[in-house]
Order: sequence, then C-alpha cells, then structure tokens
Amino acid sequence: MNAEPRILNTPAEVTLAEAFSASRGHLPGDAAVAAARAVAFDAFQKKGLPHRRTEAWRYTDLRVLLRSVPPAPPAAPASIASAALLPGLDRARLVIVDGAYRPELSDLSGLDGVEVTSLATLLDQGDERVGALAGRLDDAMVALNTAMMTGGVAIRVPAGLDVTRAVEIAHVTSGAYSVFARNLISVGAGASLRVVESFTGPDAAASVANIVTEAVIGDRAKVTWAKLQAEGNAAVHLSTTAVSIGGESQFDHLTLMTGASISRSQSFVTYGGEFARAGLFGATMIGGKQHADIMLGVDHAVPNGASRELFKAVMDGKADGIFQGRIVVRPGAQKVDGKMMTQGLLLSEDASFSVKPELEIFADDVQCAHGATSGEIDEDMLFYLLSRGLPRAEAETLLVTAFLAEAIEGLGDEAIGEAFEQVARDWLADRKTLS
Amino acid sequence: MTAVRSVAAGMNGQIKMLSIKNLHASVGDREILRGVNLEVPTGQVHAIMGPNGSGKSTLSYVLAGRDGYDITDGSIVFGGEEIVETPAEERAAKGIFLAFQYPLEIPGVATMTFLKAAMNAQRKARGEAELTTPDFMRRVKVAAEKLNVTQEMLRRPLNVGFSGGEKKRNEILQMALLEPKLAILDETDSGLDIDALKTVSDGVNALRAPNRSMLVITHYQRLLDHIVPDVVHVMAAGRIVRSGGPELALELEANGYADYVGAAAA
Repeated sequence: MNAEPRILNTPAEVTLAEAFSASRGHLPGDAAVAAARAVAFDAFQKKGLPHRRTEAWRYTDLRVLLRSVPPAPPAAPASIASAALLPGLDRARLVIVDGAYRPELSDLSGLDGVEVTSLATLLDQGDERVGALAGRLDDAMVALNTAMMTGGVAIRVPAGLDVTRAVEIAHVTSGAYSVFARNLISVGAGASLRVVESFTGPDAAASVANIVTEAVIGDRAKVTWAKLQAEGNAAVHLSTTAVSIGGESQFDHLTLMTGASISRSQSFVTYGGEFARAGLFGATMIGGKQHADIMLGVDHAVPNGASRELFKAVMDGKADGIFQGRIVVRPGAQKVDGKMMTQGLLLSEDASFSVKPELEIFADDVQCAHGATSGEIDEDMLFYLLSRGLPRAEAETLLVTAFLAEAIEGLGDEAIGEAFEQVARDWLADRKTLS
Repeated sequence: MTAVRSVAAGMNGQIKMLSIKNLHASVGDREILRGVNLEVPTGQVHAIMGPNGSGKSTLSYVLAGRDGYDITDGSIVFGGEEIVETPAEERAAKGIFLAFQYPLEIPGVATMTFLKAAMNAQRKARGEAELTTPDFMRRVKVAAEKLNVTQEMLRRPLNVGFSGGEKKRNEILQMALLEPKLAILDETDSGLDIDALKTVSDGVNALRAPNRSMLVITHYQRLLDHIVPDVVHVMAAGRIVRSGGPELALELEANGYADYVGAAAA
C-alpha cells in the first residue's frame, strides 16, 4: 500500500479533521505529547475510518455506520445522576465523565497504596506508560484516540500489593458528545487487582465514545477484569484494550456487551513472559437493531502460555452480533495451549451472528483449537422445563441465563460474576416486557 | 372452547383420570397415532407395552403437550377437561407429569434452583402460595433421601454428568415433589441395572395413591415385576390393540411382539 492521502473523505472524517484542528491547541500534554498527537492524527487521516475492506473491521464499517460525529463535550463539567448499576457489588469507583476524570465523584476507599492519577496530569508531566502498548497497534481508531484523548485515569498497583476491593472505572457520557478517553493500568509483580469497567450514558443521545486502555500486568500478578458496556441506546461505543501479561501471571477478562446502538470492543493480549495464563470471556446480549462487535487478538509471543477464550452472544430482534478472534503463536513459542470457543444464540429469525476465528501458528509443538456454534433455544430443553410447569418466558429466561452464565462464571470472581449475571437477568426481564 | 364436560364416569362407574378417544397424531406427513382409545381410572396403574415404533413414546409426548405434533382427530380428556389445545406448562400445573426416557441435561441451571422454580410455578398457576425456603428444603430432603439422591447431586447443574440411574432417580424425585395426578413413565427402566431398577420402582410404588393414576410405558416386562399394573395394554402401529391384566405382560414376554407387528401390518 502507498501512503497517498485519500482525497474523498466521509462527512464524519471531515468533522473529525475540523475537530482536531480546533482542539489541538488546548488538549492536555507537553510539546512531546502535542507532536505525538499530530503524528497520530496524520496516521488516522491516511487510513481514514475503518471500512469493510479493513480486515480487522470488516463487519463494522465505520464509513457507513458513523454518519456524523457529535461535538466535543462542554468545558463546564456535567453533573450526572448517581448510577444504579451493579447493585450489591462492593467496589471503589473512579468516575470519568465525558472523558475527564472526576475525583470529586470518585470513591477511593480500600485503595491504600494504589496510585491513582488523572491522565491529563500525566500528559502534562510526560509519562512513558502513555502509548507504550497502544502505540504498537496498527489501528485507525486507536490513532484517533492518541490524537484526541482528553483524559482518563491511571492506576498503579505496586509490586506485591493485594488489592481486595474491586475498582470500577466508571465511564459516564452525559449527552450526545464525542468522547476520547485513555486509561492506564499497571500492576506490579506479584500484585493482584480486580477491575470493573463500566460504560453508561443516557438513551437517545448519539454520543461517540472512543476509549483506549493500556494495561501492563507484571510477573506473577493476578488480574480479574470485567467490562460492562451498557451505553445509551443511540450511542456508538468504540473501545480498545491493550494488555501485556508477565511471566506466570494470571489474567481473566470478561466483556459484557448490552448497550449502545453500534459497539465495537477490541482487546489485544500479548504474552510478555512464560507460563502466563489468560482467560478471555464474552457475553453479548443485544436486540432491536443493535450492532455489537467483539474483536480479540491473542499474541503468544513466548513459549508456555495458556489461553482459554469463551464468547457467548444472544441476539434478539434484528440485532447483529459479531465475534472475531485471532490467536497468534509466534515462531519458537512452543507448548502454547490455546482454546477458543464461540457460541451464538438467536432469539429471532431476523437476528444474525457472524464469527471469524483465526489461528496463526508458527510453532510446531502447540495445542490450539477453535470452535463456533450458532443456533436457537434448544427445543428439547425447553420442553423439559415446560413439562415441569415453568411458564415459557421463565423457561426461556432460565435457558438463556444458563447459556450466558458459563462465560460470565468463567471469570472466576463470584461477586463480580453475580452482579453481571443480574445484568443478564435484567436484560431478559426487559426483553420479556417488550415482547 | 366447547363446554367442559363434567367428570366422566366409565362403564363400571369408576372416575376416569384420563380418557383418550380416537386420537390421531402426525409429525409432518407421517401419522404416528392412528386412533388411540384408552381410559385410565383414578388410582389405577396402567402399562402400555409394544414393539419399537408402535407410537408409545409419541403418546407420552402428546399427553404432556409437546410442540411439533399435529393432532388431527380425537380427544384427550384429563380430569374431565379437554386438554388437546392446552400448552405443556398448563398441563403440568393441572397435574400431568412425564418422566422422560432421556432426561435432558441443562448446564448452568442448578438442580435445586430448577426444582424450586418448577414447584412454585405450578403452585402459582393453581393460585397457591409459593413455598417458603425452609418448607421447600424440608420437602426436598425427605424425598431425596428415599431415592438416594445426594445433596451433591442437588447442587450440580440439572442432570449434567449424572449417570443413567441418577437421571432416572432425579425424574422420580421431581415426580415426588410435584405430586402429579397423572404420572406418565416413559421407558423408565431403560439404562437401569437391577439395583437402580429396584430403587426407582420402590420410589414409584411409594407414590401410588388412590387419587393418582400412572401410565407406565415399557418395552420389557421386567419393570412390571416391580411396578405391578392393574391393566396392561398392547400398542401396535399407533393403536391400542389389546388390553388385559398383568398376565398379559408375561404372555408378551414369552411370545414377543411378532403377532402384533404382523397384525398391524395386515
């Protein structure tokens, strides 16, 4: 490919270029950050919005789907309603409203010894963590985030610290704005952390959130991380998580997608040390005309890594569920054990599920497998429950919850799992009321 | 719906729990039940025997209200009420229970959760109060002990990883807890060794009651040594072709079904 700039831009691309010109003078960061922003925007402009011929984005063509781009959020901080999300789950909360960390809305109790810093502060000071992982990704939307990021939060857990209280990074969008946030998580050697990432916003607000999170997990560290995408029903959600996991570390990650009109959640996990284990799980629940795309990249760069991926998706109405998963085993990365399974459950004739699992294996002594299934509710199981007197809606709810539970419980965190299963039950209850 | 009949009384003046008349059922173009007539009085245990493919299992599914069968003619009157159009879950609440030949494995649904959901759903449908948790736990404990169903089994996902015998014991446990008026046992003996057969049969016999009827569907006579029926029916080619006392089962065991298969084909 040559680097010739494209002449024809979509209206959204034109708006983004105008937005960058207008805001670049007052985005946070020192001169080095400003220069990096310019380079990143240039990279974005050369690529343009991802489209169907961009293989990694083939099911989420943003040139078609992203018709317009909303304005930046107002300078005055928005007030937000307190969230009723995940009731019963005890956790500290770091609140990010419209891409700005808001310490006064946050609750840091239980985080003694953990360093929490506003990203805007880090950009002004300069910090080597920013872009350390995201900079390696060849992705237009990550480049756009690098150019436009306004804020977010950085969490650093020192070596050996066991943080028992879960930490929520709560992203709240207050209206129809463009939001660019960047978060950093560093977990020192032998430390442990439980992260909940939530994304919420009001219904009917056509917001576009582009969130990038970079996480470095040290040797022998243990990180459990659950993401809840529950954006408003007109929102566009584009998120990227780039994670590097150290030797003998354990990383368990769950993505639950239920909100937004259009959503794309991409995670890239790179093995930085041997004998690390990653469990990557997904649970998608969508209906209406929702579009939810999960993209996963697992890079076994070193030998003796294990990964298990289980992604489940339930589609109702005319919803489109998508899963793309790619496991790469680099040359010499022997004894890698990677298993990827994707299962779709279609609750309506008009819903669809697209799956593209990929294995790229350049080592000869590995165990890798992938599988995918898609179907409707099992009629035999349903009849069994009906024959015991369960009403049809209750029987369906039980079966769908059970279907998703395997992925949610895969995370291995009982408290977070229970809170996320409640989200699934609530979604099913709402679905029942609607039908 | 047409007028609900009052409780039907048979020739002997017995109260009929179940009365099937000229029942025809098809799957697609294939007619499987071809005019079944069967009456089961309240409190009696009837057995249906017959060769493979005679329609025994279809009859059990049709009685339980499974989707996918076209009822082209005839009637099923249960407790004096026509139920051909009644959905499966409502039939269950009215008191029909089917013990499956192959109980389904339902991953992700704990057995206890399922039992409670089923019992309370039926109670709710009948306008009764839901069980309190202690009451529910006590009922399960009492019933489970009789059937050698362990607490460990009750904690596991429904039937997942259960042996054949465990699955059948779990079916009878559900029957004991749901207290149906009519229990249909579809090939309950299949896959059971002699000890498991005895446990299951004892469980079923313990549930025999003057206000409860049972329809025991089996290919082999051996189950009927343990659950002794009042009446034995022979089913062939989608019809009941002969009825008699328990001795009829012994005759079938000795002679096989060859006569009936031949007669049905003729």
